[in-house]
Amino acid sequence: MTEPDNQPANQPAKRFDDQWDDHPAAGADEPVSITAYPNGPLLVRGTFEILTPTGEVIPPRRKTVALCRCGVSTLKPFCDGSHKAIGFRTEPEPPAPQPPLPA
Amino acid sequence: MSAALLELLETSSTATETDLAATLRERTAAALGETADLLQDDDLQTALFLAYELRYSGLRGIDDAWEWHPEVLALCASIELEFEKALRERAPMPELPAPGVESVAAALFELTGADTGPSVSRYMAKKATDEQAHEFLILRSIYQLKEADPHSWAIPRLRSRAKAALVEIQADEYGGGRFDRMHSELFARTMRGVGLDATNGHYVDAVPAITLASSNMMTMFGAHRRLRGAIAGHLAAFEMTSSQPNRLYGNGFRRLGYNADVTFYFDEHVEADAVHEQIAARDLAGSLATDEPELLQDVFFGAAAGLYVDGLAGAQQLDAWTAGTSALRAVDTASLPA
Repeated sequence: MTEPDNQPANQPAKRFDDQWDDHPAAGADEPVSITAYPNGPLLVRGTFEILTPTGEVIPPRRKTVALCRCGVSTLKPFCDGSHKAIGFRTEPEPPAPQPPLPA
Repeated sequence: MSAALLELLETSSTATETDLAATLRERTAAALGETADLLQDDDLQTALFLAYELRYSGLRGIDDAWEWHPEVLALCASIELEFEKALRERAPMPELPAPGVESVAAALFELTGADTGPSVSRYMAKKATDEQAHEFLILRSIYQLKEADPHSWAIPRLRSRAKAALVEIQADEYGGGRFDRMHSELFARTMRGVGLDATNGHYVDAVPAITLASSNMMTMFGAHRRLRGAIAGHLAAFEMTSSQPNRLYGNGFRRLGYNADVTFYFDEHVEADAVHEQIAARDLAGSLATDEPELLQDVFFGAAAGLYVDGLAGAQQLDAWTAGTSALRAVDTASLPA
């Protein structure tokens, strides 16, 4: 991490966000986390890149993003809340009570 | 009585202050005694809104010292007492789940998913005229020009996981520290894009009491530590009923021919609130109710009250529009059918 005092005088002052640009691995001490929210998206936190199939970076609009896992978002790869409308479930339903076996 | 409040705030003489304060107390008590419905009372909701505004951007020409003046605090307390009582009596409460992250989040998703009231967003997407779209923005401007601020009061009032969750949501609301990405600023850009004045408070006199009540409710929940459960529940319900409606609002403005300058605010909220609702339901409301189970009831009260008040506001708006009249206050009386 660069200390402000060590910056060459002829360079513009660094903005907070620039540290993420300069140090893609800045999150090394804080690994990327992916949290699976029940019946909903995957929330990704940390320093990461999301790429298109051809390798272009999809610019993130926020630090924590939600990735679609129900398949019907209109903003893929991001979540738009559509999973609620289709009743998407990630957890198996509890098994229906079975009729007792005939004796 | 809101006029009596303004008269007190505008005085600079300590001699008249005592008389004006006495008049204000008297009129407030009378107004609270006589009101048929505090949620629909223009005078009382305006007075509370003005008193609260001293805590946000202040009032033009009014000494900032009034914010903590005992007379102003007493005015707020007397209205808040009845306001909270009315909300607790009228907002339909769901059956409470056991306190736990999973159970609370699931119950909040069920509560907000069951909200099948009349839909302003569907009307906006399919039918709203350009004039109605302007009214929509005017009504929204009361809260959206200080979007996120009422919930920020709760940050120092929470601890532990719930605090971290609220900060994660609020940081995004404030554009991750970028002025031009702050949601309130995006809303101002939308307003300017359709030719409206985006100055904070410009349209206060044009909106009905229920719109002020919606904003006042958030400030009341946020600014009282005792009600921290309610503000957490309110934010969760708000975020959980936001992403799909915002998609429809954006579609409505596109249908009316507006470009991305105007629709960006709504498009941004489709994505943002799909993130926020997860964090708000589980990490904020769920964690809070787990760590402080005595707040469980208020988490659901805040959610239910938010849905109730915004449901009333939406129904009134749709009633006016489908009847061919204005949903605004000032125009409303002038354009009543003969």
